[in-house]
Amino acid sequence: MGTTASQLAKDSLSEYQELTFLTKQEILLAHRRFTELLDRDERNHPNPRVPMEVILTLPELKSNPFKTRICQVFSTSEDKDGSLTFEDFLDLLSAFSDSATLEIKSHYAFRIFDFDDDGTLDYGDLEKLVNCLTGETEDTRLTSEEMRQLISNILDESDIDKDGTVNLSEFQHVISRSPDFVSSFKIVL
Amino acid sequence: KREKHNGKRRNGDRQENKRENQRRKRSSKSVQGIREESQSKTERRERSRRRKGKAEHETSGHEGNKRERDQTRAKSTKSKKNIKNEKTRKLEGKEDGEAQEKSEKGKLKLVCTKNEEKIESGDQLKEKEKALGVKKKKKRRKKVVETSSEPETSEDGDDEEEVNNDGEVRPELLSPEELEKLKEAVDEKKKLIQSLRGKPWPMKQKLVTLRESQLFVEKYEGALGKGKGRKLYAYKVMMTKKWMKFQRDFENFKTACIPWEMKIKEIESHFGSSVASYFIFLRWMYGINMILFSLTFGLVMVPEALMGRPYGSIPRKTVPRAEEAGAMDFAVLWDFGGYAQYSVLFYGYYNNQRAIGWFKFRMPLSYFLVGVGTVAYSYMVVIRTMARNANESGIGDDNSFNFSWKMFTSWDYLIGNPETADNKFASITTSFKEAILEEQESRKDDNIHLTRFLRVLANFLVLCCLAGSGYLIYFVVRRSQKFALDGLENHTWWERNEVNMVMSLLGMFCPMLFDVISTLENYHPRVALQWQLGRIFALFLGNLYTFIIALMDAINLKRKEEKVVKYNITMWEATLYNGTGSENSTAPPITIHPADVPRGPCWETMVGQEFVRLIISDTMTTYITLLIGDFLRAVLVRFLNHCWCWDLEAGFPSYSEFDVSGNVLGLIFNQGMIWMGAFYAPCLPALNLLRLHVSMYLQCWAVMCCNVPQERVFKASGSNNFYMAMLLVILFLSTLPAIYTIVTIPPSFDCGPFSGKNRMFDVIQETLESDFPAWFSKVFSYASNPGLVLPFILLMVLAIYYLQSTSKSYKEANVELKKKLQMQNEENKKKNKQAALKAQMDLEEAKKSASQTAEHQRNNNDSVQRQEGENAKIYMTR
Repeated sequence: MGTTASQLAKDSLSEYQELTFLTKQEILLAHRRFTELLDRDERNHPNPRVPMEVILTLPELKSNPFKTRICQVFSTSEDKDGSLTFEDFLDLLSAFSDSATLEIKSHYAFRIFDFDDDGTLDYGDLEKLVNCLTGETEDTRLTSEEMRQLISNILDESDIDKDGTVNLSEFQHVISRSPDFVSSFKIVL
Repeated sequence: KREKHNGKRRNGDRQENKRENQRRKRSSKSVQGIREESQSKTERRERSRRRKGKAEHETSGHEGNKRERDQTRAKSTKSKKNIKNEKTRKLEGKEDGEAQEKSEKGKLKLVCTKNEEKIESGDQLKEKEKALGVKKKKKRRKKVVETSSEPETSEDGDDEEEVNNDGEVRPELLSPEELEKLKEAVDEKKKLIQSLRGKPWPMKQKLVTLRESQLFVEKYEGALGKGKGRKLYAYKVMMTKKWMKFQRDFENFKTACIPWEMKIKEIESHFGSSVASYFIFLRWMYGINMILFSLTFGLVMVPEALMGRPYGSIPRKTVPRAEEAGAMDFAVLWDFGGYAQYSVLFYGYYNNQRAIGWFKFRMPLSYFLVGVGTVAYSYMVVIRTMARNANESGIGDDNSFNFSWKMFTSWDYLIGNPETADNKFASITTSFKEAILEEQESRKDDNIHLTRFLRVLANFLVLCCLAGSGYLIYFVVRRSQKFALDGLENHTWWERNEVNMVMSLLGMFCPMLFDVISTLENYHPRVALQWQLGRIFALFLGNLYTFIIALMDAINLKRKEEKVVKYNITMWEATLYNGTGSENSTAPPITIHPADVPRGPCWETMVGQEFVRLIISDTMTTYITLLIGDFLRAVLVRFLNHCWCWDLEAGFPSYSEFDVSGNVLGLIFNQGMIWMGAFYAPCLPALNLLRLHVSMYLQCWAVMCCNVPQERVFKASGSNNFYMAMLLVILFLSTLPAIYTIVTIPPSFDCGPFSGKNRMFDVIQETLESDFPAWFSKVFSYASNPGLVLPFILLMVLAIYYLQSTSKSYKEANVELKKKLQMQNEENKKKNKQAALKAQMDLEEAKKSASQTAEHQRNNNDSVQRQEGENAKIYMTR
């Protein structure tokens, strides 16, 4: 098979170790998983891109309600289709790894929750977030009255400057106090 | 010649700086170009931030002085237009940056500046690198620019620079200040490399930065390392590099050594982090037991087995004649009697010989110290872990962000199983709804008397259960002693194993009973869980302590028996000597086979045996309940579902859930028994290790194949320290009886390493007297007299008090600061409001005035038109 061509070079491996929170084994595992997602003819491509639909078939991401957002945030593709290169994939795993710092985790969490990419979490973002968390089925959805109540409560708590949105620093302030953010914001291959 | 060279070099420097300026201009241009093209807002923000960073860098960066000098120099060569251009661009950048900052309400200021610093250094280095890379192109451009003013020097400079770029920077040509600066820059780069992984940049950017900074560091580090007297520096650099590599490799190795990582990850993805937390706890426990095992195995069991007297040499190491016949039977061995009893596994086998083997291993001392060390190590580990957990959870106890946490942190990203995800969705929704309800406080407690009554009733029932189980255990232990006195052979299997079976069965069924009772109480599930845990804890503890009290009774019985035996033995010896040769005391001693020598009951071994049996039966019941309760149930539900009248999977039996709290409690109690019994049965840690190892595999398998994810997923982290606290309590309570027996009860006269001594801890005294010089024991005796110990304890208490009060004051200061922050926020809010109001007023006024002027103008226009019209009329008429 074409696996020999897709071996990671030694120096790039050490560079990846330097630049991510992953260990050598994890990087190698990630590389193996990533190449499994590629077609055979794509493997010889120097810098292959895996489309978002294929990435989302990974069991680690399959049942995550934020899966499309995660892909979009970590994707570097120009046409915003959420496709990932191997380096993007490593970025993703590094941010979600065990040893990543709270700072970087909260940064990416913010960007994932920021559905319209405008740099703040406004009412629409929060509404989408709640809908993601409560699932797609009708019986778990909140009513609009509950939704309004919930979001106004959240804004009361975390919107410190009272501009109606939660910005990154406010978000990080809230998250840094949370006892279980770091332990639950993890994805492991 | 050197002077000249130097001058040239300076010239070259100047050129380089000039070039750098130009490059910067170009780069800012290109950045602008890209910026116009870019659509993503975040990207734009970052860029503008970076630009701002550059602007600042140009005006007041840490190399500001140098730059100013450069600029003054550059003035001579550059046309004024150029400078103007640059200035305007700078201003633009600054304004942009400021605007950006304003738009972010200054909240991000800290973050911003931090980023700027980082980016600044990154940029700077990029420029330098590019200055090298695009050299040729630039050279041409430069020549075009510079031919007008000073063609010759520029050429020279270029040549010189080429040399510089190809070779290394010559450190001996640099002034010490510049060297210092260079060193600083190199250090900065190194720091950048270190912190690169913590930056939320895309990998490409990180890679580029890394490569550039590495190149830079390599290049200039080499330069710094060249001259004389700098060898040390080079050596240091090399060593740090090697050290870093080693550290990374070691880190990789360490993570590769952590066992069961993949198993736990798999469970994490199926059941979320709370179930996985049990397995992580199990693994942690395994680690601790590994240490305890290596202590007892390496320092007690192996030396005794290798260097102690061999089996059969003295009475305590031989199976007595009466038991010899059945000593190899499986039933006896399974009960840890027979050959198992007279082996290194138990206390009684050890000899009281002071030093054994060719290197004089102090066996009794080692035995004692290992016993103490086991307990001390356990305390240390538990307390350290608790402290670390407390640090990690930090100030997570305040409820000020209740909703936000529910919103932002409630999803468990590890969940990879759709079923678990559905459960999680449901639980998140209910938690939202509950929170909203609680916030509204619209729930009315209509029948408060009934709930109160039910709760009291439930607690009464639970107390009855506890008392009943305690009495049952006491009764059974007393009965078993009677059986033991009669001789075990006359009784059935049940009667022999009654104690352990009853304890295990109680541990199995009482929690279920509590569960039923707790439905009466109608508590919130979280509170209910805590009650449940507390009750199970009380049950286990009660059982354990009744067991110990009964055991104490047994010990007293044995000691009475021992006195009788001791008397008999002296009589027996007397008759033995009398019978053979009373007239001659120097007659050769009669050789009696050690198996025939009568001996005492050895209560220590009895205690050890009891604990070992308890552990074994506990393990067995755990595994059997696992197999029957989980596996068999799952199999039945799965296969009988086809031919049953109702849906088994969804209906009554269904599949079982994994009971995290119950399992953790079981583990904790098991560990408590180990701590309690390890002194009298050195084999206990080994047994426990085996048990945990099997548990790991068995439970992992059982969870994956026959459990369903919990409906209510509780957070793992919140309860972590709760479990640790329980472990600490158990540790304390289990060491208490062990220490009590060690301190108060004299050891048996004919078995164990401390036989013949008045108390077990006398071994320390003995060692001090015989193995250490006289002054040492003197010092020790001074140090241990109450006049010195009491003040020391007092000092410790004072220190604790002091630390506690300081921590309290810190907490108060924290609260104070929080208040201040809130006040400031409110003030800001007010200010913002006022500003907004003012702005609105201004706007309205402006609008008004605008409309007025517009009207005015219209009027004017009208009048002008009218006038013109009139004029025209007049003209026409003319």
